[in-house]
Amino acid sequence: MNIVVCVKQIPDPAAPAALDPATNTLVRTGKLIMDDSDNYGVEMALQLAGGDGDTVTLVSMAPGGETSGLRTGLAMGAANAILISDDALAGSDALGTAKVLAAAIARANPDLIVMATESSDGYTGTLPVQVAELMGLPSVTFAKSIAIDGSSVRVERQTEAGFDEVVCPMPAVVTVTAGVVEPRYPSFKGIMAAKSKPVDNVTVADLGIDASQVGAAGSGQEITDVSEAESRGSGEIVVDEGDGAQRVVAFLEQLKVI
Amino acid sequence: MAIDKVWVLAEAGDAGPTPVTLELLTEARSVAGTVEAVAWGDQTASLAGALGEYGATTVYDVGDLGGALPGVPVAAAMAALISRGNAPDAILIPATYDGRDVAGRLSVKLDRPVLTNVTGLVAGDSLSSQHPLFGGSHTVTAKFTGAGPGIFVIRAKSFAAESAGGGAAAVVATPVPESGASNAAKIVERHVEERSGPKLDEAAVVVSGGRGLGEAANYALIEELAKLLKGAAGASRAIVDAGWVPYSHQVGQTGKTVKPTVYVACGISGATQHLVGMKGSKNIIAINKDQEAPIFTVADLGIVGDVHKVLPALIEALKAKG
Repeated sequence: MNIVVCVKQIPDPAAPAALDPATNTLVRTGKLIMDDSDNYGVEMALQLAGGDGDTVTLVSMAPGGETSGLRTGLAMGAANAILISDDALAGSDALGTAKVLAAAIARANPDLIVMATESSDGYTGTLPVQVAELMGLPSVTFAKSIAIDGSSVRVERQTEAGFDEVVCPMPAVVTVTAGVVEPRYPSFKGIMAAKSKPVDNVTVADLGIDASQVGAAGSGQEITDVSEAESRGSGEIVVDEGDGAQRVVAFLEQLKVI
Repeated sequence: MAIDKVWVLAEAGDAGPTPVTLELLTEARSVAGTVEAVAWGDQTASLAGALGEYGATTVYDVGDLGGALPGVPVAAAMAALISRGNAPDAILIPATYDGRDVAGRLSVKLDRPVLTNVTGLVAGDSLSSQHPLFGGSHTVTAKFTGAGPGIFVIRAKSFAAESAGGGAAAVVATPVPESGASNAAKIVERHVEERSGPKLDEAAVVVSGGRGLGEAANYALIEELAKLLKGAAGASRAIVDAGWVPYSHQVGQTGKTVKPTVYVACGISGATQHLVGMKGSKNIIAINKDQEAPIFTVADLGIVGDVHKVLPALIEALKAKG
């Protein structure tokens, strides 16, 4: 069984985020790391691909041939990666990105495609379903658990009321929410092995995609303004001297909540 | 191009349309002359009264989906309506589990991108949307370019729902085109999880816990306090990621938006990820041992202290009051 996991390489969320004032897009210079949200997809895929001959392939689109985030997933145990890096992709919207990822994923001929429900930086949350639609595949989003059942996947899908059990024939796209599995830490051996694992570098032309369909040129949306929002002033901040709880009670009484 | 017609994706709740559906209908009325709804399920006719009351003249009824997940069939039915010349200028979709599936599928069918995490709309020559950035410290305004309907995925509680006093919407049966393999995911069983208190996104009081609780077992304190205040228990992303509590409790950018009368943040530092989901709360109480924690920048009452001491004392005090 071949499982593809889409991995996003993003600026470290711990570092202050900034917008490029010229393009109003997020600044993506400096070292990129694997999106924390993708840890869960990689771990889920590794657990599902436990059999002989099963492989996990990572697929990522990133500027400048960036692989530092991919190496994290490879160190966890993925076998190889496909990286799409092309100047023509700068400024792509989620649909443009989905077109590129769908074409790249098809190269790995997967039975199952696992993705995070949404990325930590852009968080549009529509990309996995766009990829599925472009590939003509079924999708199950917001998975709490995934089990392989013959040629189908059985997924527990989060709902407002609880969860639905969904059965879906493969190939399929499944998105996982964070916290559904405990991601492994790469071992030293894994980190060393990751350095020599194959990363297939492809361009937009390699995928047979017209460059005018992607990047800023192909984007059907634009940012017209960025402004500072009205800030919410802070109120009374007090250090607890053993009376913290009483202060909260008094505030709740004042609000007539109790 | 002025905005003539807007569609709203309507979802059914326990009793009638969900609150976010009514919020979107209300906003749609203020930006467009004609508002129409798209709904699915076997009870759509029973929604027509409320949908009409909030401004929809017509509800396109996709009908019972036979166990299929809504994304594929509902988007296919909408795309078919549009290809028959019935295109709206904009489509408003709630940022829910199913709403996002419909938006993604429809985006590809129409070859139009999606603007997501919308918290405001601005009507002009075309419709622009507003999005919180960096936890809400900035607002981004964006719009679609090129031809075709704009697809906006809108966060709950962005608008206040207000009745228009309209009569029932006309129900128009809308067939689902054959969608082949992509429509093969089927729901085989539904599980309803028992909930003792109010819903997280409807509660007047929300008590949330974060990493500062130290360990998963201490989340019981959050649940107990929430219960005493007749509220709902929420969580920061950090402890959801850590597996302490299920995703359904998550408040923030990737979770639920809440706007309760009182929000109590316990052991939550206030990462932008979290702030964007709760800073609209009427009153915010924060308890955190780090005086520099960003949560204090939005707190009406901030207690710089140890949650392991303040929370048990607070619970005891509330119990003593009965």
